[in-house]
Amino acid sequence: MAEEEPRIGVYICHCGENIAGAVNIEEVKKFAEKLPNVVLVRDYLFMCSNPGQELIKQDIREGKINRVVVAACTPRTHEPIFRRALEDAGLNKYFFEMANIRDQDSWAHWHEKEKATEKAKQIIAAAVAKARLLEPLEDRYVDLTQKVLVVGGGIAGIFAALDIANAGYKVYLVERNPSIGGNMAKLDKTFPTNDCSSCILTPLMVEVANHPNIELLTYSEVEDVEGTVGNFKVKVRKKQTWVDWDLCTGCGACTNVCPPKARVPDEFNEGLSKRGAIYIQFPQAVPKKAVVDIDACIKCAGREFGTEPRKTKDGKPILAPCEKVCPTGAADRTKPRNPEGEVVELDVGAIILATGYKVMDKKHFKEFSPDSPNVITAMQMERLISSTGPTEGKLIVPSDIPKYLEWKKKVEKGEQVELDARKPHRIVYVSCVGSRDDRFHSYCSRVCCMYMVKQAMLLKEKYPDLDIYIFFIDVRTPGKDFDEYYMRARRLGIKVIKGKVGGVQRLPDERLWVRGYDAELGKPVELIADLVVLATAIEPSDGTFELARKLGITCGEEGFLKERHTKLYPVDTMTEGVFIAGCAQGPKDIPDSVAQAKAAAASAMSLLAPGKMKVEALVSEVDKEKCSGCGICVPLCPYGAISMVNYNGKMRADINPALCKGCGVCAAACPSKAIKLHGFTFEQVLAQVRTLAKRGVVEVL
Amino acid sequence: MGEEWEPNIICIACNWCTYQAADMAGSLRYSYPPTVKIVRVPCSGRVEPEFVVEALINGADGVIIGGCHPGDCHYKEGNYKALRRFKMLKKLLTELGVEPERVRLEWISGSEGLKFAEVMTEFDATIRKLGPFKR
Repeated sequence: MAEEEPRIGVYICHCGENIAGAVNIEEVKKFAEKLPNVVLVRDYLFMCSNPGQELIKQDIREGKINRVVVAACTPRTHEPIFRRALEDAGLNKYFFEMANIRDQDSWAHWHEKEKATEKAKQIIAAAVAKARLLEPLEDRYVDLTQKVLVVGGGIAGIFAALDIANAGYKVYLVERNPSIGGNMAKLDKTFPTNDCSSCILTPLMVEVANHPNIELLTYSEVEDVEGTVGNFKVKVRKKQTWVDWDLCTGCGACTNVCPPKARVPDEFNEGLSKRGAIYIQFPQAVPKKAVVDIDACIKCAGREFGTEPRKTKDGKPILAPCEKVCPTGAADRTKPRNPEGEVVELDVGAIILATGYKVMDKKHFKEFSPDSPNVITAMQMERLISSTGPTEGKLIVPSDIPKYLEWKKKVEKGEQVELDARKPHRIVYVSCVGSRDDRFHSYCSRVCCMYMVKQAMLLKEKYPDLDIYIFFIDVRTPGKDFDEYYMRARRLGIKVIKGKVGGVQRLPDERLWVRGYDAELGKPVELIADLVVLATAIEPSDGTFELARKLGITCGEEGFLKERHTKLYPVDTMTEGVFIAGCAQGPKDIPDSVAQAKAAAASAMSLLAPGKMKVEALVSEVDKEKCSGCGICVPLCPYGAISMVNYNGKMRADINPALCKGCGVCAAACPSKAIKLHGFTFEQVLAQVRTLAKRGVVEVL
Repeated sequence: MGEEWEPNIICIACNWCTYQAADMAGSLRYSYPPTVKIVRVPCSGRVEPEFVVEALINGADGVIIGGCHPGDCHYKEGNYKALRRFKMLKKLLTELGVEPERVRLEWISGSEGLKFAEVMTEFDATIRKLGPFKR
């Protein structure tokens, strides 16, 4: 194709009032008409709409223009849409440039209309300056690995994995705990239908474990991620379990014999009880396998791992209690084991992050006497009322849990004793602890109102004499069937006070003196409670930030993973091929987590389904005639895409377009200006810079 | 010029962070001086010293480069390369008599819309104090 003189069409979008409300479109239009190589300027209410795009297509088809500048919103969301329009009309899609006069002009300078108009002109002039230098480029295709990695085995990760696996793709599900199930496994019942959490979750966990397309990697963590969309290489560290999982049947015999000295707070019961150093995460664990918490293990009988047992005088081996009791030899300590575990490499085409949340610890809230055992978080309350919890669901004050455990031990031995543990008569709930609080998090944790109502309702239904108070800033029940649920709770006689609790004081008899303010009465309130439940904020789970970094995606100010676009791309991230689901993205309830997981699964599948994908041609290229062969670029490339090759008897740099990601570090460093980054060439960027420096004057060279 | 003078500021922004932050500043209606105009590049490591020099020669009063926070580069380490180049460029410009405050490198992530607006407001004030760049 012969080099044609550029004939640029400039299309100015009103974006309804979004642009036209601050920028004088007519004035900008007149300005743009005078810019070099601009042959026509049009404006339209919504350029991205079908008729808007048609305007461009028609002008291209009629041969009026061969370059397009759209002055509208941000190329981050709309560049692909307009490029497709060019393609449809038969013009190379890289003959397109966008002028961001909404996000970076009209919106930001809404109250300075003249200046916003002036800035719009300059932005458009710069885009035209670049458009004059655009070149046609050809896209490449890459094959897509038909496998997906899901990180996090909570309810979001489980649903994402199942949906993708059911569609026929191979899924790796990585979970850092010994079992999948996540936080949901800790919950007693779930709002707004009060079905038992385990009853709806456990079958799904089993389905995951038995699915032929799912490879479950529990007690494992993502260590490193290389590659890009369609072809990621992921290193996963399978942590050392210290138990032979091929032999372990999950009978739990070892967990019962682990001595008291080796017992540590049980994470699953939120620290309300203790577990052994060798433990099974929870009774319904999937896979149901024991692991040894090596930091807690006291190495009974002097049995270090990987050593032969000492012998008694008569030659019998002295074994640790856990290995002695293990019926299959899974807990055998003779075999040497690598404390670092094992690293496996996975090739996947897409990654879904569903790393979930943690609840804030009560220790941060000194005003609520966190040192009192009877001040607990709502998650601890879940464990306290759960039939798999420390008290098998019997409601007693947490300060008496040790008494309960003593009693249980005696009963198991066959003794006939009465349980001497105090039952709470009055429970006070405190909402927005750490959420909507300037000292901690500005956001609303979204689930607290509903779970407080739920717990109160469950308790009140079971123990009608209980006196339950809930202190709210305001009750937020916007979900489907949520407000009906709240009203049901109110009818049960749960007392709701609009106002804040200022302080909780621990009394000598382990009861609590709660002082708050009733905003409706306009008066302070004081209560003596047996139990205070804090609805502490939801935070991103530990390691979210580090994982995000490995994948090149960002976290918002509050530490949750950032989606590509809040409204339009809620499960996509800035790294193509990486999707997010569940509370890793922000606090949400189970229905929303599941919906998002299914969305992420669908997005990953629609990415992989075609088998191959177009890769933008925005990569770097060496002009071997200009290259001096200095080799400066070679070590600079973060992807090892540059090598020195023999070119007419001389060593010259060469860039492998399949490896190049188009960052342009080499182009910026080349002393001979021999490297061109397509789409952001030296001349193109310079033209923009100069035009803006000259306040909108486009140079014609 | 004279009393009518308004600074002319060019922000060369990485597509993956500062450019996104600028979009966010707009969508959240955080305002900043309209003197700031943005040029989009794929990475702060793409920024050639000539871009900054040419901006100043041709009429800009201040140039600010926006990149990803250390460790957050979309292309692994382009921002470190930008930092090294920037330090050298700043030294050179200072020796040539350019006030060092006229050029700046900032790490602004894609979620820091407010920071973008704050930094640009502050940079505009700095340039106003310095007055027009005398070529």
